[in-house]
Amino acid sequence: MKFLSLIVKNCLRNRRRSFLTIASLAISLCLLGVMAALYYALFISNVPPKAQARRIVTRHKVSIVFQMPLYYREKIRQVPGVEEVMVWQWYGGVYKDSRDQRNFFARLGVEADKLFKVYQDYVLPEDQKQAFINDPAGCVVNKVLADRHGFKVGDKILIKGDIFPFDLDVTVRGIYTSTDFDDETLWFNFKYFENALRNSSRLAAGTFTMLAKSEADVPHICREVDAMFANSPTPTKTESEYTFGLSFLSFLGNIKVILMVICGAVTFTVLLIAANTMAMSVRERVKEVGVLKTLGFEKRTILWLILGESAVISMVGGLLGVLIAQGLCILIRQGPMIVQQTKTLSIGPPVFAALVGLSALIGVAAAVVPAWNASRSNIIDALRFTD
Amino acid sequence: MAIPLSYNVRNLAVRKTTTVMTALGIALTVAVLLAAFSLVEGLRTTFEGSGHPLNVLLTRKGSDSELSSNFPRSVFNDLKFKQGIAKNANGEPLASLEMVTVIMLSSEEFPEGANVNVRGVTPTGIEIREDCRLTSGRWFTPGRREVTVGSSVAKRYPTAHLGGKLKFGRGEWDVVGVYDSVQAARNSEMMVDLNQAAGDFERSEVLSSALIRATDEVARQALINDLEFDTRLNVKARTEKEYYALQTSSGDLVKYLGTFVAVIMAVGSCFAAMNTMYAAVARRSKEIGTLRVLGFSKVSIMLSFLIESLLLSILGGLLGILLVMPLNGITTGIGNFVTFSEVAFKLRVSPEIMMRGMIFALFMGAFGGLLPAFSAARKQILTALRQI
Repeated sequence: MKFLSLIVKNCLRNRRRSFLTIASLAISLCLLGVMAALYYALFISNVPPKAQARRIVTRHKVSIVFQMPLYYREKIRQVPGVEEVMVWQWYGGVYKDSRDQRNFFARLGVEADKLFKVYQDYVLPEDQKQAFINDPAGCVVNKVLADRHGFKVGDKILIKGDIFPFDLDVTVRGIYTSTDFDDETLWFNFKYFENALRNSSRLAAGTFTMLAKSEADVPHICREVDAMFANSPTPTKTESEYTFGLSFLSFLGNIKVILMVICGAVTFTVLLIAANTMAMSVRERVKEVGVLKTLGFEKRTILWLILGESAVISMVGGLLGVLIAQGLCILIRQGPMIVQQTKTLSIGPPVFAALVGLSALIGVAAAVVPAWNASRSNIIDALRFTD
Repeated sequence: MAIPLSYNVRNLAVRKTTTVMTALGIALTVAVLLAAFSLVEGLRTTFEGSGHPLNVLLTRKGSDSELSSNFPRSVFNDLKFKQGIAKNANGEPLASLEMVTVIMLSSEEFPEGANVNVRGVTPTGIEIREDCRLTSGRWFTPGRREVTVGSSVAKRYPTAHLGGKLKFGRGEWDVVGVYDSVQAARNSEMMVDLNQAAGDFERSEVLSSALIRATDEVARQALINDLEFDTRLNVKARTEKEYYALQTSSGDLVKYLGTFVAVIMAVGSCFAAMNTMYAAVARRSKEIGTLRVLGFSKVSIMLSFLIESLLLSILGGLLGILLVMPLNGITTGIGNFVTFSEVAFKLRVSPEIMMRGMIFALFMGAFGGLLPAFSAARKQILTALRQI
């Protein structure tokens, strides 16, 4: 510990180099931080928000684009542990101009009286809830979405149909926020579907969302629902709402491998940068090491001095990188929702610890060879050394 | 007068370790960018090479994909005798009513199952796709539960081999043939008899789309206008090529992610290159002084150091390209939000992409080398010479 001040002094002697190294480490590590945070949120943490943990989604086994008959609702309700079942149907459609990405948001028909029982994290005034339930052509929208498009209670929203042979003309009856995350969804009354598709075979359910009595019921409900329809013409796939959201990701390609490869490339780059700096810095100081040895410093001390210097520099870089990464996470949260996890992305304590640990490790690893060589150098050679 | 290039090359060679480490950093950055680009490029060639220029695809108005489109048989019967539609040898119009749906097949990569497009067609549908050639087996027989699968499907899904049985719709289907087309997007589909499929999926009256062949390019445009403005039909007409071009957007996410990562890594690599160049300038102080005494101007010294940095980045760029070369030709699949199924394509590291990687590397070298080169040029002769 008593050598700490010496280590810090050594770090500061070539300020420009230290600054450049720290900056380049920070930038690379911030990238690593964001990727690690994504990876952690998607594949490791696996903790849905509290209200969501009890929600289960059933869809057609082959693909979400296929429908299921509405009478499944009554059958699913019989499964022990199911508190409530609600039908929802993806409407799709075109709002204003489909070429502008901002006009794309989820528009779902839903059984109005059940929405707030199943989505207990939704917050909106009681009178708005009632107005929505009572209006067969009513809808509720998420606050973030409403703010973006300037929707107010009482506004009419017109959406042109593409999947379904009718246009949607609904009135905003309420604007909700959520205690979990903003899902940027427009929910309209399922009665609209019933009225528009009367006597049509297309009146069906896109998914059933159910609320389990407790979290413990979730796995066995999934099994039982799927077993019930396994041999029917319309088999189902049932999973927790959280996993359901993730299943869209696998559609985008093998995200897990992509993230791993990027993390690997970045880590290796960071190692190269740090190793390069330490090699340069030690080379400059061969003479100095000779002097230290003459003064009686042991090999071990010299080794630790150099390793310590490298570790300090890369940890400062790592800390800065984590800070920038946290900033980037905040930016990503503002961006469009791909999966719900990007809406709550942040550098959690495990990721933080892993990053700082990794940066220290990289620092030490980068300096091992130059430090080892310096500590074993012959005093006479070192003193005589000219670059 | 300019300082000879060999001076820079030798300098880089003397500091082997530093040079290699800096170049490798640049190489990895270039490699990440190129990997993302090669994926997008592969997708682009797959889709842009697909579709016959005279084919016109009809879907329901407002619908961007065949899968979400509803196309009534009555509409098809109304339009198949329109003017401008080419005729086959028997004098029948080359117009094909089709039904598209997705089924789930398990593959080695996705044991849980991935989605594959099934296209129900009549014999005209095969005729209009003359680019699809059988590589083994035969086409399905109308009226039978038989499928002919695309070559990518046959390769990627073990159950879809010739002679195998697939289970979808209301029962089992025999795989009787494999086709291959130069229009690569077609190879990710399988074709079955229209009426059999429509029966299985309860869509005998409302199908998905129609594909028609125009007689020539002028007739094609006239046909598109005619169909688009006929409000009674309520169809969206576009060339088959346009439809496939639309699907290139499947690679957007990877492209943005790849570019984002590469740009951030590039900033880091710039700093690293700067570090290396500053060290080079500091160590060669005496040399710079000597060069100045010999009469080399400030500008030529600055240029020399800048060129050295660029050389470093060229080395990095080359290494980066070498790193991604093995990716060329690898087949992979990506989800397609237009067809809601997996499309197989080959990664492509084209010369154009390599050029882009090289330019990217040169930018890193230029940004990293500029400031150190300035500081080298500004050195006072006397102090430079006196430095140890």
